[in-house]
Amino acid sequence: MTDSKHKDLSKRPSMNKQPPVKRVRNFNEVALGLTQEQAVKEAERCLQCKDPKCIKGCPVEINIPLFIKFIKERKFNQAIEVIKERDNIPAITGRVCPQETQCEIVCILKKLGEPIAIGALERYVSDYELKTKIQKISKLKKKEIGKKIAVIGSGPAGLTAAGDLSKLGYKVTIFEALHEPGGVLTYGIPEFRMPKGIVRSEVEYIKRLGVEIKTNMIIGKILTIKDLFNLGYDAIFIGSGAGSPHFLGINGENLIGVYSANEFLTRVNLMKAYLFPKYHTPIKIGKNTIVIGGGNVAMDAARTSLRLGSDVFVIYRRTEKEMPARTEEIYNAKEEGVKLRILTSPVKIFGDEKGRVKSLECIKMKLGQPDETGRKRPIEIPGSNFSMDCDTVIIAIGQAPNPLISNSTKGLKTDDKGYLIVDKNGRTSIKGVWAAGDIVPDSGTVIEAMGRARKAVIDINKCLSQTRPTIKN
Amino acid sequence: MHIILDKKELAPNVKMLKVSAPLVARKSKPGQFIVIRISEKGERIPLTIVEKDDKIGSLAIIFQEVGRTTKELGELRKGDHILDLVGPLGKPSEFRKVGTAVIIGGGIGIGEAYPEAKAHKAIGNRVISIIGARSREFLILENEMASISDEIYITTDDGTKGHHGFVTDILEELINKKIKIDLVFAVGPPIMMKAVSEITEPHRIKTLVSLNPIMVDATGMCGGCRVNIGGENKFACVDGPTFDGHKVDFELLIKRLNTYIAEEKISCKMH
Ligand SMILES: Cc1cc2nc3c(=O)[nH]c(=O)nc-3n(C[C@H](O)[C@H](O)[C@H](O)COP(=O)(O)OP(=O)(O)OC[C@H]3O[C@@H](n4cnc5c(N)ncnc54)[C@H](O)[C@@H]3O)c2cc1C
Ligand code: SF4
Ligand code: FES
Repeated sequence: MTDSKHKDLSKRPSMNKQPPVKRVRNFNEVALGLTQEQAVKEAERCLQCKDPKCIKGCPVEINIPLFIKFIKERKFNQAIEVIKERDNIPAITGRVCPQETQCEIVCILKKLGEPIAIGALERYVSDYELKTKIQKISKLKKKEIGKKIAVIGSGPAGLTAAGDLSKLGYKVTIFEALHEPGGVLTYGIPEFRMPKGIVRSEVEYIKRLGVEIKTNMIIGKILTIKDLFNLGYDAIFIGSGAGSPHFLGINGENLIGVYSANEFLTRVNLMKAYLFPKYHTPIKIGKNTIVIGGGNVAMDAARTSLRLGSDVFVIYRRTEKEMPARTEEIYNAKEEGVKLRILTSPVKIFGDEKGRVKSLECIKMKLGQPDETGRKRPIEIPGSNFSMDCDTVIIAIGQAPNPLISNSTKGLKTDDKGYLIVDKNGRTSIKGVWAAGDIVPDSGTVIEAMGRARKAVIDINKCLSQTRPTIKN
Repeated sequence: MHIILDKKELAPNVKMLKVSAPLVARKSKPGQFIVIRISEKGERIPLTIVEKDDKIGSLAIIFQEVGRTTKELGELRKGDHILDLVGPLGKPSEFRKVGTAVIIGGGIGIGEAYPEAKAHKAIGNRVISIIGARSREFLILENEMASISDEIYITTDDGTKGHHGFVTDILEELINKKIKIDLVFAVGPPIMMKAVSEITEPHRIKTLVSLNPIMVDATGMCGGCRVNIGGENKFACVDGPTFDGHKVDFELLIKRLNTYIAEEKISCKMH
């Protein structure tokens, strides 16, 4: 602790943003980042703790105080090097990580006022690197060791595993089902929160580390896990995500104008339907949209609908406190004009004679005793049914793993919900096959996917340094 | 790169392309389809694999130029390439020796009926084909179908060739003649598949139909292709595209196929 006692330690800079009235009319990024002066000033606030709690809060254990120290010294290139030792895609994590529940919540300064804006600083240096176009290939990259690894899926888990394995000297090929890499970052999270140009730059970096990305390759269809072993891959990493949308199972769910959030967001983000007809994929949006759910996906769908010109209600069966979305995203959504209706659950969707959505019948809820997740269980209030007019309904109540791979792979064990069963190192029930990210149980964020992918990489490296694995059966 | 090796006009606005896709060709089985995207701004559209050639590593696809994407596809020439091609998608059809299989193809659906008929023939079933179109000039793959059928019937809506009427007229006739039918496979406009299923249901003839809902990813990720089968929602891209015709909610399928009619008009104007 040097001269810090002379400064006001309690305040952090607030993120510069596009004003709400302006941003609801465009798809440009909402958060604009910090200026260099703000970043340096914020970095000066860091106490450089001897036993930094922040590192332990970070699922990939970035040396946070060290990169902050470099920012303070305006050595931005060195700051990015520090981050990239642990995180290959910081421009992404700097934008979408829930820092407020990870590194920032344990920052010692939180006790004195506001924690260091670690996420904003991470974003600052990664944007600096992208802007100055230096994106150096990490010095850590080792010589090729003549072993090859197949990575399935190019979301955060796949990109992390591929990047790290490549740095260790493995020859890595990513197989991606869609025509664009990036996983949820590309097809799910909207442009205004996760600009696709940024995703593309981060993917480019992974490619420059030596990773080959084969798009339009659905494993389980064009090649099976067994085929991959037969092709000579020494290990396989599965990062195929949880892409299969849940529906409500209520009447009217197949009416025209009812979308799963996945379809809605895929049309808008991956296929760029917000630029229809310049881009050819259409989207049907009315004047009144109801989004069902309370997570990040629901917020993204709601804010996208606003930008497409609709009024938007989000209905959620618990209260705002229980909503799984990031606080920041709920705040942004409300500021933009998304209306929340809490303690409300959908009952039935009504349509007109052409099969188009007309209204949604809902029922009011109250909170009862906590359930197994510790959240209070919502209970219907009998007779409290009411109707809301709408012409678009978006269902954002979560997703399950896509069974394409497990169904086509004998011996690959899943739990009763279809998630791949793995040990703490990410090993699946098949020798030589690892998995991480949303395809394994209890993972649901970009950084958790990355953290577990890193663990798997360490284990893969350990195994491959010893023997050459072969497929069982 | 998926180069177009050959291009043929089969009927007005109906074209066949032979595309290089060695790996997909090797893996694909009858009943499966591919998704293609032909430009950076383009849509992803599903197309049935009509035929494959393992030696050349090629796939044949047939399409009717109805929307913007199929029109643009029709403008591509031999030697051009297709930007994105993914497959093989969907469940392969199952073929068992059952006896007599009636294969019904309507319009462009004849292209999809062809690989089914061929596979039934190969496994030793007696194949009765019924193919129909609006008019004589829209009949496709007539010779190909004839070459693998034990019997073939042709219908046109306007009577310019074969029976003046619908494929269902012939089907009813066969049933009335007490010809033993062990399986019906129908592919074509939803209204035709619906009519076929309604005819066979009282006779308890197993009837399979190949559905064509709107798709986006075709990997089971969006649910846009959902169809209702016996009261249960299924994703046609991964659970289908072939389903029990007696269980399909055709009304729903037809309504959902009309989702983007207004947008398609705008899109076609842009073309
Ligand atoms: C709309 C939305 C908003 C979100 N917001 C946030 C947020 O703000 N912060 C946060 O931390 N998390 C957020 N999440 C969650 C986060 O995106 C996921 O936890 C994370 O992307 C999981 O990474 P993954 O690599 O496991 O899977 P994914 O990102 O889902 O990537 C999986 C990839 O594998 C491909 N694939 C699947 N099957 C196959 C196959 N058989 N063969 C080949 N490829 C295949 C898929 O096409 C996909 O590209 C959000 C999710 C969504 C949907
Ligand atoms: S805990 Fe907070 S103050 Fe301490 S090193 Fe980490 S960021 Fe700096
Ligand atoms: S097309 Fe998206 S799930 Fe079938």
